[in-house]
Amino acid sequence: MIEIDLARSSVRGLNERLHRLAPGTNEHYWRVLNPNGAHAIAVGITEPIHVEIKGHVGYYCAGMNAAATIVVDGHAGTGLAENIMNGLVRVNGNASQSAAASGRGGLVVVQGDASARCGISMKGVSIVVGGSAGHMSAFMGQAGTLVVCGDAGHDLGDSIYEAEIYVAGSVASLGADCVEKEMTQADIQRVAALLDRAAIATKATCFRHYGSARRLYNFHIDHAAEY
Amino acid sequence: MCGIVGLFFKRGEATQDLGPLLAGMLSQMSERGPDSTGFALYGDAAPQGAFKTTLHAPDAEYDWAALEAELGTAFPVPRPARRYGSHAVFTLAANQEQLFAWIARHRPEIGTFGFGERIEVFKDVGLPDEVAERFDLTHRSGTHALGHTRMATESAVTTEHSHPFSTGPDLCLVHNGSLSNHNRLRQSLRRQGIQFSTDNDTEVASGYLTWRLRQGIGLTEALEAALADLDGFYTFAVGTKDGFAILRDPIACKPAVLAETKDWVAIATEYRAIATLPDAATAEIWEPHPATVYSWRRQ
Repeated sequence: MIEIDLARSSVRGLNERLHRLAPGTNEHYWRVLNPNGAHAIAVGITEPIHVEIKGHVGYYCAGMNAAATIVVDGHAGTGLAENIMNGLVRVNGNASQSAAASGRGGLVVVQGDASARCGISMKGVSIVVGGSAGHMSAFMGQAGTLVVCGDAGHDLGDSIYEAEIYVAGSVASLGADCVEKEMTQADIQRVAALLDRAAIATKATCFRHYGSARRLYNFHIDHAAEY
Repeated sequence: MCGIVGLFFKRGEATQDLGPLLAGMLSQMSERGPDSTGFALYGDAAPQGAFKTTLHAPDAEYDWAALEAELGTAFPVPRPARRYGSHAVFTLAANQEQLFAWIARHRPEIGTFGFGERIEVFKDVGLPDEVAERFDLTHRSGTHALGHTRMATESAVTTEHSHPFSTGPDLCLVHNGSLSNHNRLRQSLRRQGIQFSTDNDTEVASGYLTWRLRQGIGLTEALEAALADLDGFYTFAVGTKDGFAILRDPIACKPAVLAETKDWVAIATEYRAIATLPDAATAEIWEPHPATVYSWRRQ
């Protein structure tokens, strides 16, 4: 276990050490102390290491993660796991707005609530929110899966392309071109598998399924004369 | 950008901890607002029948003693003025209208930054650590305070354009964001008798609240009315004589974090400002919902 105390060393120093790790490194386990809301902690990690952050983090924690497992034992600020490529990011508390924004792969787990615009422009990432998600979650989502075990705020899935959304609680309102869809057996299996990976004990059968009506971004031949 | 900080002790007398803790919070918000810094402190109360007013002089060599003598011929002065750099706090037995009218007539070069039983307002161009030093913030006591670091987007970087803006006796406003309908709203508020000294958008929000409160409605109702009448992005924090209130715009464009322990409530644009407070690690921490007024009053 390598311990880095941010009360005594800089975030830049930490990130430089994490970026220097070579493939096959034996420096697998890292613990970060006293994050005190600092920004950009543990960003851009390319090796499958394990990073545990003890406390609340600021903006863009675990951004661009490519392979690591990063656990925040606290709350996270804006832009958690922004543009995540792969790996696992878990927050034991709540996450502020734009969690997993434009993520392309991997899994982001928010044990508590996620704020507004969770999964904005998601491009393949899987997101599991143990609590509720704020307004405009999955805004312009292009691919991936958002699972919300609590309630979803207004304009869920606004202008969505192709991402899948599952909500167990209430939905304040659906955004433009986002509609409720059938919850098939395949959907239940998909949600169950993600809840299992996220280690969140909620029944997959109690979710409802939302996604794109595909009316907003498809070219309709009926409208050809209007162009 | 811009940074907001606020610290509110729920009970008890004014504490010496307030100034140093607020200075520490402001310092964390340096990068968010390097243009100017300001704060409002709620300190000791003026004697019965008198009010405190924070005045700003345009130059460092201003003859405050002459102003004090002159004010003394117009109003009873139960307590000597206290000078902090370009600012001075006067305690006078005069209401806001009388005093501001006197200043406008006799000393139009003087800025009136705050007025009330307890409020004192300080603001200036510069980084938080410099401005805190200028106004001796680390040696100032009180029950609660709001602060602001400004990154100017829509009007000039001057002392007058800095936050907080006073919205009425013992009331002040700090703002992170920008308003898009402030020009039109300023015109209509002027017709209602609200005065403005800058072209700043936040001053319009401040004037708007002043106007609403004059109509006799409460602060919460005034902020709820602002949701309909102010167009733009905002996290507002409003200080009152014995409390404070928070409001974010309906799409929550601008960040805010609230934290509460049994002893205090704090607001900050980012958690790192709250992290400097004692017991921050065990405080309840949450993000205020959009279009929702949060308010606290001292017990």
